[in-house]
Amino acid sequence: MSLFAILLVLMIIGAIIAIETTNLLSSIVCVGAVGFLISIAFLFLGAPDLAITQLVVEALCLIVLIRATINRDLTSVTGDREFFGLTVTVAMILVFLVIGVKIFDDFPALGQAVMDRMANTPSSSYLARGAEQTGAKNVITALILGYRNFDALGQVAVIFCAVLGALAILRWPAKKDQKEKDSEADAV
Amino acid sequence: MEYALCLVLIAIGLYGVVVKKNVVKIVISLAIIEYGINVLLVLIGYRSGGCAPILEQGMTAATLAVTGVDPLPQALVLTAIMINLGMLFLMVAICIRLYERYGTFDITEMRRLKG
Repeated sequence: MSLFAILLVLMIIGAIIAIETTNLLSSIVCVGAVGFLISIAFLFLGAPDLAITQLVVEALCLIVLIRATINRDLTSVTGDREFFGLTVTVAMILVFLVIGVKIFDDFPALGQAVMDRMANTPSSSYLARGAEQTGAKNVITALILGYRNFDALGQVAVIFCAVLGALAILRWPAKKDQKEKDSEADAV
Repeated sequence: MEYALCLVLIAIGLYGVVVKKNVVKIVISLAIIEYGINVLLVLIGYRSGGCAPILEQGMTAATLAVTGVDPLPQALVLTAIMINLGMLFLMVAICIRLYERYGTFDITEMRRLKG
């Protein structure tokens, strides 16, 4: 059993506990554990940039999720959906799993990169010429801030829109109270 | 086998999204799906015994082209992680608002979807 398989099994255990536990706070903590395991997996997969980003994002996720649940009803919502829907759902997920495993049977085994099997892939040319063409020692930096800079621009735009949307949703009742006050004033 | 385990992680998340009734649990399940997909993409670009795609001291670009792992999925997953963070902010904001309006996280209790 390889290291990645062990890490993935631990992640699966964490995910099952996170979804099935009755306490919301422990569920959030379990999701944090899964995120940190993924950070370790990224380190061993040769992606230190991803590991650092995942650590930061995971800490932020924990803070935001705990903000959503703190001082609120932490008791679980018990009871499941109706039996027929549940059966159909589980059957569909099993079909998804079987088809997915079949598709990934055709993939090259883990450790044989796709770029080794084909000539002139973008990945191999980024590796061979990235440092020379962009001057960045780190090929990931060369990709994000050089070859695919518009990608990074789109990412910033999406995050900006998400934060704007969150702020707009969170400050909505203040305006509504104002309107109610206005209508009360009108009634008087 | 690692690919299949990633798919199991995604399937657990899907199960949580469809079956659970708690809104926060649904948000958590979406985060788990995201984790599964990210690890799957980075695993596809892995090369056994490969080093990180960083040009170290005394290393030529030709050696890096033979030993480095695939940088393309890593760059795209980096973008995906940040976008998922923004999505999580938005979903948690909606959860807080729903709790203030209905006094519960149970989606079956939220009948009046107006306003």
